[in-house]
Amino acid sequence: MASLFAYANPKRFMDLSAAVLPWLVAATVAALFAGLVLGFASPPDYQQGDTVKLMYLHVPAAWTAMMAYGLLALASLFSLVWRHPLADVAAKAAAPLGATFTLLGLVTGSLWGRPMWGAWWVWDARLTSFLLLLFLYLGYMALWNAIEDEVRAARAAAILALVGAVNLPVIEFSVNWHTLHQGESIFRAGGPTIASVFLWPLFVSMAGYTLLFFTLWTIRIRTEILERRIRSLLLGGAAA
Amino acid sequence: MIPLFLRDIRLASRAGGSAALALAFFAAVATLVPLGVGADLRLLARIAAGVLWVAAVLAALLSLDRLFQADFDDGSLDLLALSPLSLESIAAAKIAAHWLTTGLPLTLLSPLLGLMFGLPPRAIAVLGLSLLVGTPSVSALGAIGAALTLAVRRGGLILPLLVLPLLSPAVIFGAGAVQAVLDGLSNGALLFLAAFSVAATLLSPFAAAAAVRLNLAG
Amino acid sequence: MSTVASLGVERLTCIRGQRVLFRDLSFRVAGGQILSLEGPNGAGKTSLLRLLAGFLVPAAGRIALTAGAATIDDAEERGRLIGWLGHHDAAKPQLTPLEVLAFFAGLYRSDAKIADALAAVGLAAVASLPCQYLSAGQKKRLALARLKISNRPVWLLDEPLASLDAGGKRLAAEFLDAHALFGGIAIAATHEPLGIACERLVLGAPA
Repeated sequence: MASLFAYANPKRFMDLSAAVLPWLVAATVAALFAGLVLGFASPPDYQQGDTVKLMYLHVPAAWTAMMAYGLLALASLFSLVWRHPLADVAAKAAAPLGATFTLLGLVTGSLWGRPMWGAWWVWDARLTSFLLLLFLYLGYMALWNAIEDEVRAARAAAILALVGAVNLPVIEFSVNWHTLHQGESIFRAGGPTIASVFLWPLFVSMAGYTLLFFTLWTIRIRTEILERRIRSLLLGGAAA
Repeated sequence: MIPLFLRDIRLASRAGGSAALALAFFAAVATLVPLGVGADLRLLARIAAGVLWVAAVLAALLSLDRLFQADFDDGSLDLLALSPLSLESIAAAKIAAHWLTTGLPLTLLSPLLGLMFGLPPRAIAVLGLSLLVGTPSVSALGAIGAALTLAVRRGGLILPLLVLPLLSPAVIFGAGAVQAVLDGLSNGALLFLAAFSVAATLLSPFAAAAAVRLNLAG
Repeated sequence: MSTVASLGVERLTCIRGQRVLFRDLSFRVAGGQILSLEGPNGAGKTSLLRLLAGFLVPAAGRIALTAGAATIDDAEERGRLIGWLGHHDAAKPQLTPLEVLAFFAGLYRSDAKIADALAAVGLAAVASLPCQYLSAGQKKRLALARLKISNRPVWLLDEPLASLDAGGKRLAAEFLDAHALFGGIAIAATHEPLGIACERLVLGAPA
């Protein structure tokens, strides 16, 4: 009956998320579609031409990747301090999503960089710190997979996530400092401020990505809870 | 704390201990680089700081995965946990001993390698200084990784993945300080490095102790 | 050695992974008593010892140590009164028995005579030989010596007789006896009789 106790809260989450999920999916599809349409309809940049439209894919991916790490760290804090089983599951479910958005940000950044910088990859501050963020995600997932006991894996990964969250601003700072000193970074805030014709599609795209993350996150948490239920049923059956 | 500190130093310095191995690894990696990129001393001097910093970090990490695991495997960690010391002090003593047996020897060897890479004297001095100031952060953040992977069978493989991204500021500021000397600039990298190192050293015993506590339940 | 009146366990439940090892376990050991902890493999003997030591957190229930008028509930505080002889010997291969004990005495702030402790367990001849050359039985004797110089009132032992010869087993029994005589508590998980007067607690196979 221990599992009943442990899943009292996830049970409530399952009910709530089942009701919210259809609306979340609808909102995500609508926002992504609108972002796409607005993005295509927006005028080409006078310098960058149509490649500027990669921005509507790249910037929201980067934003979502960062937000995902923030949520991962928050869930980890809940997991460590209040020992909430739902927080463990939420943190675990956020990591692969965050890693995917980070990868998406890196790939779109690289595609954007090719016509801008004339190279597939430059050690620009943004790209470099996102590469490091990807490693943080990979390390987090590797640690989860390496520890067999679920509770222990959750706690260990939570400690790592919090250490990473404390360190992330320092990493950002150092990478910025580095690329400034190298004088290589040309694509920085110093460029022309973004005109509002670009801003609106960007906002809608960001909303779409954010909603997409929350939709996928909810689905992943639900799947993980169901998986654990199945496992505990099987284990209970074997012991009886 | 002192008995534990002394014991760890003794263990590291005995035959088969980690201190000598880390030094040899450091020198071997540094030797491989000129073989790979060529013997042009001007080029080697440009990349010396980065190469030596990366090699030093790897060498220190190599010896870190056993930091808690050896004591975990043979039951010593249980006895340490029941001792009058807090787990935080235990982690701090182990970090200090690790730095003294790897970070410090690596620092002392670095001028020789800097010379072989064609660094001018002032750059060599700054390289040594940056390692002296920066390697404590390697021991400290590495200890968190070592404590987290304590019960993992192939923990030594995961450890670098966990810790290397966290250590990127140390490498950037450490190598950046030397680069600044070569370019005739002053950029405050050593100060940033010192701040990073101090913060890492002060905070990591708590994270490492939390991770050890977790694994003792295993 | 500070004395302890009793160690009490109330309705203790231990869950490992998804498995309930034992539920609502209650017992009390008074100062001067030895408890022999028995039961088949997997019954939770080691887990019970680790719960008592404070390494594991109980799923439910309470562990309390009474010393004089005070009752100690805090796991960390309780740990400071516990002498531990675990499944592993904690004998560093590179260190000699002398060094192992000297380190331990320093760590535990014990003023016991190390040479005497080594002689008492019959290791005087190998005191300066690195532990990698010691047999399993000799390492267990070293662990017994360490337990003795820990000067802790509550001993928790996991298979203290394993890999000991007849003389070693007698020695362990004598140690336990003397510990109890001075008012100490000992709880030993074991598969064979301890060879001294003791209470018994049998943990069943998991339900």
